[in-house]
Amino acid sequence: MLRNLTYKDNPEESHQFLGRIISALIIILLLTAGLIVRLVYLQVAGHQHYATLAKENSIKIEPTVPSRGVIYDNRGKILAENIQTHTLELIPEQISDLDDTLLKLKTLLDIPDEKIEQFQKLRKRQKHFMSIPLLTNMTDEEMAKFAVVRPFYHGTDVQIRQSRNYPYGELAAHVVGYVGRINEEDMKELPLAEYRGSTFIGKLGIESAYESVLHGTTGYSEIEVNVQGRPLKTLKEVDPIAGANLYLSLDMELQKTAYDALEKYNGAVVAIEIETGGVLTFVSRPGFDPNPFVVGISNSAYQALNASPDQPLFNRALRGLYPPGSTIKPFMALAGLEYDAVGVRQQLFCPGYYQLPNDSHHYRDWRKGGHGSVNVSEGITQSCDVYFYRLASILGIDRIHSFLQQFGFGEKTGIDLMGEKSGLLPSRGWKMAKKGQAWFPGETVITGIGQGFHQVTPLQLAKATATLANNGKVVTPYLVDKLVAESARSPSASIPKSTIALKSANIKTIIAAMVNVVHSNRGTARSIGLDINYQIAGKTGTAQVINIKQNASYNEHQIDFKQRDHALFISFAPADNPKIAVAVIAENGGHGGSVAAPIAAKVIKQYLRDKQTAQP
Amino acid sequence: MNIESRREQFHTPTLTERILGKLHIDIPLFIILLLISLLSFVILYSAGSQEVGLLVRQAFRVGLAYLLMTVLAHISPYQFKRYSALLFGIGIALLVAVLIMGHIGKGAQRWLDLGVFRFQPSEMIKITTPMMIAWYLADHALPIKPQQLLISGVLILIPTLLIAKQPDLGTAILVASSGMAVLFFAGLSWRFILAIIASLSALAPVVWHYFLHDYQRARIITLLDPEADPLGKGYHIIQSKIAIGSGGIYGKGWLGSKQSELEFLPESSTDFIFAVFAEEFGLFGCLGLIALYLLVIGRCLYIASQAQDTYSRLLAGSLAFTFFVYVFVNIGMVIGVLPVVGVPLPMVSYGGTSVVTLLAGFGILMSIHTHKKLITH
Repeated sequence: MLRNLTYKDNPEESHQFLGRIISALIIILLLTAGLIVRLVYLQVAGHQHYATLAKENSIKIEPTVPSRGVIYDNRGKILAENIQTHTLELIPEQISDLDDTLLKLKTLLDIPDEKIEQFQKLRKRQKHFMSIPLLTNMTDEEMAKFAVVRPFYHGTDVQIRQSRNYPYGELAAHVVGYVGRINEEDMKELPLAEYRGSTFIGKLGIESAYESVLHGTTGYSEIEVNVQGRPLKTLKEVDPIAGANLYLSLDMELQKTAYDALEKYNGAVVAIEIETGGVLTFVSRPGFDPNPFVVGISNSAYQALNASPDQPLFNRALRGLYPPGSTIKPFMALAGLEYDAVGVRQQLFCPGYYQLPNDSHHYRDWRKGGHGSVNVSEGITQSCDVYFYRLASILGIDRIHSFLQQFGFGEKTGIDLMGEKSGLLPSRGWKMAKKGQAWFPGETVITGIGQGFHQVTPLQLAKATATLANNGKVVTPYLVDKLVAESARSPSASIPKSTIALKSANIKTIIAAMVNVVHSNRGTARSIGLDINYQIAGKTGTAQVINIKQNASYNEHQIDFKQRDHALFISFAPADNPKIAVAVIAENGGHGGSVAAPIAAKVIKQYLRDKQTAQP
Repeated sequence: MNIESRREQFHTPTLTERILGKLHIDIPLFIILLLISLLSFVILYSAGSQEVGLLVRQAFRVGLAYLLMTVLAHISPYQFKRYSALLFGIGIALLVAVLIMGHIGKGAQRWLDLGVFRFQPSEMIKITTPMMIAWYLADHALPIKPQQLLISGVLILIPTLLIAKQPDLGTAILVASSGMAVLFFAGLSWRFILAIIASLSALAPVVWHYFLHDYQRARIITLLDPEADPLGKGYHIIQSKIAIGSGGIYGKGWLGSKQSELEFLPESSTDFIFAVFAEEFGLFGCLGLIALYLLVIGRCLYIASQAQDTYSRLLAGSLAFTFFVYVFVNIGMVIGVLPVVGVPLPMVSYGGTSVVTLLAGFGILMSIHTHKKLITH
């Protein structure tokens, strides 16, 4: 103790500290000496060796870019391919008056200012003797025009370069995606060594999700270069390994049918092969042409796409969130039967509206006079709202939530694309966490008819429908069927298969009711089932876009069309042995039965016809 | 002691001395630092493809850093001591914030965007960690006791792990060594130091397997065998050695670096600028630069030895030693004896953050040296 007291802030302490200062100095000098020894080793002893490496014959390592994997549909049609494009390139060093040359070429080939600017930007980053692209994807006409004057343009030539092409354009853009030039953002996360020399990287869709397998492995060659960095000869070559080819489950003919069937409506059509989960159509309309993105889309074109009220860049099938509307009713009815909340024959009375006890609010049915007494089958077939208001109230939100969750509502489907939305399946917990409010009984009532907080993506709806058709065996949608690589690898198979415990009698009741939606004369989609020798099971839906308050005034001209309800339809066929499940959403389509159902029918009919002809 | 000599001790300061006293600038340190900064611009001009814009940007940052140094030199060490714990706490909180934001965004995150400029909390913690440890130890009697050692160890480990998690191994090493330097100057027994070194080397395999990122492991492997991956990680070291070795004894002369000009050498104006310097100015140039660094360190250690209270001593000693670690880690990595950890060459590499932190440290050292209350013995 005494020692401590005398030790603080006194000569003894500073003496000891001085000792440490000297020790530190010795350590520092020793370590520095180590550095100097190494420097002497490199700069004196190793000087000859390194000077030879550096001086006359430097060895430069040039990456050899692997060819990117090709993407096919399930019939082997090419969705994304590598093409060779003709590019007008200039070598600044060989051109005496660059500005003059650029001006002449500009008038000759009608090159837009934007491309000249891009060229100037690239030029600053490159060496003088390197070839810099001015005009990519040259047309035959441009090449012919240039060929005539070529002798007068020293240092300017047409080069053949690798590029990517999407033959189906807007039809498959939301599935296949596109590649684009590697930018600084990409650089941060890339394995840089692998991408030295690569120009493109997947930015969206399959191109992005499967980037690592599509890209392949970069090879390299050791090239001797002279003091200016000009290549002299190749010393060693390691070949690149091409990227894997991908075969999608997508059927482009079906995709086109679905896309065209949407006609004037924005929306989405997702069809799933029930047995495998392979996605047959993945339509988001409008699409966009991915090809301009490969070479770098012009700012004006991009702005136009972005500003379009139809939002062509928006992947509705994957990311669009819609209230499920009446398409939720089969699931809700199944929940009622499974929990014994209602009996199969039990009738509920529909006077045209529903009231909660002690509440004057009328929850209205779409049919003003009501449906009278209806059982569960009739409730689905006629889409009786009051039946489901009541059923939902009996079930309560907790049971609704836990039952619907099993079908994948409120969760990502796990499809092999990035950026999927998980939608929203409301619950008490969710509402407390997000809004800090308790759950109100009225919210349960409207959840019964797929309104309120519940939001689904078209993909989710298709998955849930396929799972229902599959007797509760959960169907997980995927796009890439097969991966063909130099080093053979099969796709990440073994998707865990889970099954929802459901009574088969209950499922049969629901499916029978959904068949009646299409095939009975009171069904809401009866027009589509007339010309076929099998049965389609379906359910129509309309989803309110905005709740309009009674006293609210609004600008009617602008929002008239946009205020119309979304038309929905879920379906699968054949009802007795389901092969395909389809979900359709036609934005502002009005009624599910008249707009969305025929679209689904076209897809189903074509698919089953093709399947029949394929197996005579 | 006669009156004459007493008068000598209390002699009235001359005008220059009074002006210097007001400025709180330590002239020898200031001159050496200016020399290094000057050298930095000379080599940056060459390494940065002779781009003037780059120099202007850097000059602006360096100017700001010197301004900060002067401001800090005016604050009394007592104030630094007083706010040590608070500043350390703020630094840790910001590190945690950055880590959380990194989780929300994707991948590595080191920055906090303040709108006007981006702030890197790990830079601030480089100074506040030794401040914290010095503050903690200054209120206890020295030499350091086991319990204090344990607490100090935890205090060092918190920021180190937070930064290593970012992941920024280079800065983590600097922060850890700045804290440990305080312990060293606080008189940690040699036996203990040897024990720590022994246990650290025993821990190395554990760190290797559980704490290092793949890319960090790859860099160490690359150091041992650069030729194994010439396209990627080995490239830096191979090219850097070629540049340095080809410089020879006298160098290729200013603007004579072929390796960086031909873009063989990556990061030639930032982390690998020493290679360009070595190529252009040769062994003699390197020795000169190292001599300047040693002068800085020597002066700082002198300032530490003249400090009059425990807090100032420990902090000054640590700042001096950490500056050396900075130099050693960078040059060591460029000449291929240490793994590539991403530490810039202090006062020379292009970039603003590190120079601001370094000069802030020197500002504190100057404050310690120019705010003495007691009479020297």
